[in-house]
Amino acid sequence: MPVNLGMARLSDHLLLLTVVIYSLAMLAFAGELAYGRRRTGAAASQQEPELALAGSAAVGGPAALRGGQPASAGSGGQAPPPAQGAGGGQSRGGAADAAADQAVPAGLWVRAALALTAVGLATHVVGIVTRGLAAHRIPWGNMYEFVTAITCGAVLVFLVLVLRYRAYFLGLFVMVPVVLGLGLCATVLYTAAGPLMPALHSYWIAIHVTAAIISTGIFMVAATTTVMYLFAERSAARVAAGVAAGGIMRRLPEAQVLDRLAYRTVVFGFPIWTFAIIAGAIWADQAWGRYWGWDPKETWAFITWVAYACFLHARATAGWRGRKAAVVQLVAFGCLIFNLIGVNLWVTGLHSYAGIS
Amino acid sequence: MTSARTSGVTDPVTEDGEDAPDLLKDGPQEEMAGQPAKPFGIMGWLRWCWRQLTSMRTALVLLFLLAVASVPGSMLPQNGTDPVKVQQYIGQHPLLGPLLNRLSFFDVFAAPWFAAIYLLLFTSLAGCVLPRAFRLAVSAQAKPPAAPRHPARLPFGTAYRTALDPPEALAAATGLLSGKGFRLRAGGGWVSAEKGYLRETGNLLFHIALLALLAAIGLGAVFGYKADILLTEGDGFANTVAAYDQYHPGRAVAPGDLQPFTVWLDRFDASYVQSGPLRGEPSSFAASLRYQAQPSGPMRRYDLQVNHPLNVDGAKVYLIGHGYAPQFRIIDGHGHVALQQAVPFLPTGDTADTSEGVIKVPDAQPEQLGFIGVFLPTEVAFGGQLSSAFPAALHPAVSLVSYAGNLGLDAGPPQSVYQLQTSGMRRLPIAPQPLFPGQSIKLPNGAGTVTFTGYRQWISLQVTYDPGRVPALISAIVAIFGLLVSFLVRRRRLFVRVRPAGASADGVAGDGVAGGGVAGDGVAGGGVAGGGAEVEFGGLARSDVAGGFEEEFAALTEALRAAHGGAQPAAPGPPVAPDESAMTSEDRK
Repeated sequence: MPVNLGMARLSDHLLLLTVVIYSLAMLAFAGELAYGRRRTGAAASQQEPELALAGSAAVGGPAALRGGQPASAGSGGQAPPPAQGAGGGQSRGGAADAAADQAVPAGLWVRAALALTAVGLATHVVGIVTRGLAAHRIPWGNMYEFVTAITCGAVLVFLVLVLRYRAYFLGLFVMVPVVLGLGLCATVLYTAAGPLMPALHSYWIAIHVTAAIISTGIFMVAATTTVMYLFAERSAARVAAGVAAGGIMRRLPEAQVLDRLAYRTVVFGFPIWTFAIIAGAIWADQAWGRYWGWDPKETWAFITWVAYACFLHARATAGWRGRKAAVVQLVAFGCLIFNLIGVNLWVTGLHSYAGIS
Repeated sequence: MTSARTSGVTDPVTEDGEDAPDLLKDGPQEEMAGQPAKPFGIMGWLRWCWRQLTSMRTALVLLFLLAVASVPGSMLPQNGTDPVKVQQYIGQHPLLGPLLNRLSFFDVFAAPWFAAIYLLLFTSLAGCVLPRAFRLAVSAQAKPPAAPRHPARLPFGTAYRTALDPPEALAAATGLLSGKGFRLRAGGGWVSAEKGYLRETGNLLFHIALLALLAAIGLGAVFGYKADILLTEGDGFANTVAAYDQYHPGRAVAPGDLQPFTVWLDRFDASYVQSGPLRGEPSSFAASLRYQAQPSGPMRRYDLQVNHPLNVDGAKVYLIGHGYAPQFRIIDGHGHVALQQAVPFLPTGDTADTSEGVIKVPDAQPEQLGFIGVFLPTEVAFGGQLSSAFPAALHPAVSLVSYAGNLGLDAGPPQSVYQLQTSGMRRLPIAPQPLFPGQSIKLPNGAGTVTFTGYRQWISLQVTYDPGRVPALISAIVAIFGLLVSFLVRRRRLFVRVRPAGASADGVAGDGVAGGGVAGDGVAGGGVAGGGAEVEFGGLARSDVAGGFEEEFAALTEALRAAHGGAQPAAPGPPVAPDESAMTSEDRK
């Protein structure tokens, strides 16, 4: 079937529009950091939503990790309103804090930024769908389409984290790579809509590539969070040494909150990445006569997998937690990105689907 | 240095295991590593080495090494995938090439050092998984520890008063927790509950599945085989060692083990994008095959496509390449037909499928003839230069350079059918010109006539048999299942302690433990004599990777309160200063 050119053009325009909207969202998130309400001292958790990430590991940890608790201490010993369900003022879990957080409205900057992000995501998704309709196939056949989909996945994961953990503070830091990635799509990576090469004629493309895209989007958000963690950790060390924290750092959550969020994000992404590799192996068995052949793409998928496994183990090993584990995770993400870009463009192998030369 | 060090598999998902309170320890069986150091003998050294190998840190280093060792396998050409490129590389790097070759850098994934890394890693893993599986089996039969004196001081905790009598309140709590599937241990005035052994089970399952995966890969390497063949339209082949261009059997495969099938290629069809920016990109390949599973079996048809291999008795036949085989009729100087066949040409790699090949005519008289040719599927002449404009054979043409002399086939090293050894030959003085189907060229000096009679297409097939494929798939599925279980299930313990109202002399108001803020909200605790009971309910989760224990605890608190008849909000303030001994103490009586 020939390419539907009108639909293809619509898709191109929608994706350009998406870049513009995301850029505005990025500016709004930056505005929040520059002009939004400050997180200062004990009142922090009342003014700015904290992560309700309390869990087992909060055992003995700083109270701030558990959300609203220090606020109650700081406000003259008044008990926070009992959460429904848990009842009684004594539940120290995060459920009560999460409920308390909901009473705190997000600032104007945040609301504007989130609205823009949501609108951008909508045009992004429609742009991808129309691309698929134009070419009559699932729209992940080349680099342009991969990066478009991965950035979409990253924004989606970010919004999920906002809904689940109120992680607004990630906004600017997620949006920057997303906008850069989409900008790269519109310029360097652009490939016109067309049919798939025969090697990709399989329903496994829907399974294998979708899993790879989703996990890459998740890992992208995790890596962003980890970079923030490294900055927050260094800032905390400086504060401990008596140096005043930098302006932005005072608006970011504590290092441990970022570390935990990054870890949970990786834990979410790792099984999906594992599944992507296994689905790829099954497909390789169908297409190339072996389920594993150390093709460069396979090799780097394996390296990436091992590197993320290193991160998960490092985080459970004394002496490796914190900064070192964070670096391991960034190395793993570097491998992932190299597999996406480097292997597609510079290494010849069976996965030569970049579509650009 | 206790449980964490014994484990290559130590729980990547245990968050901050070190900080977990004693309540989460499984008791003495996990404390083995704390034995006093004995004087080192040989056994001592061996034990020390074994412990080092199976330690988490070593496993981590081995994992890193495995990743790093894989890198050259993707950066350097590999014999397994592209031996020609390896030879080119060695030729281009006279110093580095042979050195890398000696160090197996062109066979990274079969290199001894690569094998050493993964075998050490898997030994480390096995040395850790097996004892842990044993420990899990033991601890799965153990009961949870006794309740601490003040469960409300745990990371998640609450306390309240109920109108029920203490025994009734305890029975209600026991019933509730038992109904939720917790493993219980009861004592005087308390009950402990535990759940989530599946988490460790999933973790072990994942690592055992990795070991099984390695075994499945080994199984395929020993009992499987792989073979390649180039097949021209109209031809067929039997699945025998002699038929193949390349044959790589596993160590335990005998020639007689090959499945006795035969395959014929009737037709090959390729279609390409006709217009637009992707013009010339292939859009589909299909080969019409006939095959017999046994020599006397029925003839079947199969439409072979990329991604749709033919499966015959476990052996799979894959379409992996295609090309053109121009047909020639060559009449020699004596007027005899010296050659009449299709000669496979190899694609040069451009998008228009320009192909190159050689024709060897050993039967030609008086001299042997040889030709180097180019096949152009869609010939266009552009500025005097011949080229192909499209990969489909819309306007096929060949162009030949002719040689006469000695092909050198009778002596010397074996030759490739795709290369002409021109050292014993002389080039005939005739300019190459495009020939279209049916056209001929007359060779000078009456050396003969060459007619380009048409073309056929060929496909390259790969035949593989890998008995480890299904076990590998099962291992992979089990691995991902184990991974999910270990990430999603949390191991947690809950404790309920019930005292007669007013009896707890030692637990009024105060700051509570770290994190404080147990809402000393002014309600007087204790001191109210009479019926009813004071209930303390607390819990902790060891590995709440995916989050959610707080919600579970809140729901359980609500359920417990409901079971206790919607207890009064009033509650004694939680107890005084932390009492570490209380955490593990037995119930006092």
